[in-house]
Amino acid sequence: MTNLDQTPLLSVEALNKSFGRQAACRDVSFELWPGEVLGIVGESGSGKSTLLNAIAGRLSVDSGKVLYRTGGNDIIDLAAASEAQRRHLMRTEWGFVQQHARDGLRMTFSAGANIGERLMALGQKHYGSLRDTALDWLQAVEIAPDRIDDLPRTFSGGMQQRLQIARNLVTRPRIVLMDEPTGGLDVSVQARLLDLIRRLVQEHNVACIVVTHDLGVARLLAHRLMVMRRGQVVEAGLTDQLLDDPQHAYTQLLVSSVLSV
Amino acid sequence: MSVQQNYRTGATLAGYNFAFLDEQTKRMLRRAILKAVAIPGYQVPFGSREMPLPYGWGTGGMQVTAAVIGSKDVLKVIDQGADDTTNAVSIRRFFVRMTNVATTEKTRAATLIQTRHRVPEIPLSEGQILVYQVPIPEPLRWLEPRETETRKMHALSEYGVMHVKLYEDIAQHGHISTAYDYPVVVNGRYLMRCSPIPKFDTPKLNMNPALQLFGAGREKRIYAVPPYTEVKPLDFEDHPFEVERWPESCALCGAGDSFLDEVILDDKGSRMFVCSDTDYCGERREAGHTGRMSAPYKAEAAE
Ligand SMILES: Nc1ncnc2c1ncn2[C@@H]1O[C@H](COP(=O)(O)OP(=O)(O)OP(=O)(O)O)[C@@H](O)[C@H]1O
Ligand SMILES: [Mg+2]
Ligand SMILES: [Zn+2]
Repeated sequence: MTNLDQTPLLSVEALNKSFGRQAACRDVSFELWPGEVLGIVGESGSGKSTLLNAIAGRLSVDSGKVLYRTGGNDIIDLAAASEAQRRHLMRTEWGFVQQHARDGLRMTFSAGANIGERLMALGQKHYGSLRDTALDWLQAVEIAPDRIDDLPRTFSGGMQQRLQIARNLVTRPRIVLMDEPTGGLDVSVQARLLDLIRRLVQEHNVACIVVTHDLGVARLLAHRLMVMRRGQVVEAGLTDQLLDDPQHAYTQLLVSSVLSV
Repeated sequence: MSVQQNYRTGATLAGYNFAFLDEQTKRMLRRAILKAVAIPGYQVPFGSREMPLPYGWGTGGMQVTAAVIGSKDVLKVIDQGADDTTNAVSIRRFFVRMTNVATTEKTRAATLIQTRHRVPEIPLSEGQILVYQVPIPEPLRWLEPRETETRKMHALSEYGVMHVKLYEDIAQHGHISTAYDYPVVVNGRYLMRCSPIPKFDTPKLNMNPALQLFGAGREKRIYAVPPYTEVKPLDFEDHPFEVERWPESCALCGAGDSFLDEVILDDKGSRMFVCSDTDYCGERREAGHTGRMSAPYKAEAAE
């Protein structure tokens, strides 16, 4: 992490989101720097997915700012941006990898079409080059090129996640949000996916927010960690420091529960 | 256009208003039509009325026709290019009863043409109105069942997924295999369905001097392509839009530039190709053109 720019890519300021009387995110503030991987950990129901969806504008927030520095170096508040602008950014400079591939892939499109969709949305109209790009990305995510015309449902869980990653990275996004990207996968499949994510994130210098309740995943992927509990960030810091020397009682509990397994 | 000429001329059949619909309904439909003309390719919702035909038989087209028809109009109704199919005959008979207007099978003589599945071969001219019967108006419906979402996609011109569909065509078949209801962009803005006409007819929508109106009864949508509006089929740079071709010309009139239907002649597999547009074929034969099945055989020389 030597070549980070001087201003954050994203700064979230005092974000609040409730569902009725249930406060899912309370006063959440943090910054994300170019190329940085931020992990969000916390027990089930602590507000991790809500935070991710609020940042991506998939949920409207009650209050707070989501300031994003665009590729053109404009700072825009995504919480207040027009839907057109937000949707455009989400298709170009942002990516979102879902826990369940069926939410993040077009299950009725072939693998090649899944990869090409964002490019076509941006106006690419050359079949041959779309095809070439899809083949390159299949290779990059370790899927055999002869699967290019197959439907995602013929893929294993790990392959589906890798296809989702390719589909997102194809427009060279600057930020990718991932919600439990390795959840529900076998341990060996998880390990391979984690290696791949690590490699691609480095190669493409993309900033990531990775939600997980697996501290092992967090340690492997994240430079920095945020611990959430009941909608609040209770502790944040460099991953190794935070996991080796947790300060907050809740973090201590999380870490010790992992160690005792 | 006959929207303006359409004043009330009195009941033609006891108990019914001119063109079946009451004046209030016609006004509502005309407002929708005017809005559709003002925003080419945009689907305008309207309050669909019961017509004396079930949905799927052209009730949307009939409502549009009923809203624009005037007593001086000359009506032509075609289905699959022919004036004498059941659907065309019953719609034409209905409007004759309800309006007493003159009818014709001649494309050139008609002021108002209601159609299903074809655009006439004889080029339309200024002042004519072509009304299409539309079963499914929304070009994005195959992908997105939610109306709120498709409206948003139109509003934001998020049409990339339509190219995904064509991409899949090429990946599977080696070429764009979509043969009917080919997706187009109207006036550089709205994605539109042309109704299930063969893609052969798609280029005819472009810069057409006639007013083209589209009515979907079940889905309660009207849209329009005003005269001289650009209509562009979607395609890829390396797989450009192309229309169908046939190995032969029309067996009756020798036409090599029309949409041909294949007719099986016997159970040994003999077949011939004839114009699907019966008026066009007839006009050519009257002018002396002949084809393979009409002696003397002069089709090639006539071309
Ligand atoms: N759409 C919703 N409507 C109502 N309540 C919701 C909604 N989404 C989330 N919540 C509530 O907000 C709180 C935070 O949920 P969230 O899904 O963000 O948790 P999480 O940390 O992602 O949990 P998990 O690890 O199980 O995915 C929970 O109490 C949840 O019940
Ligand atoms: Mg969650
Ligand atoms: Zn003919």
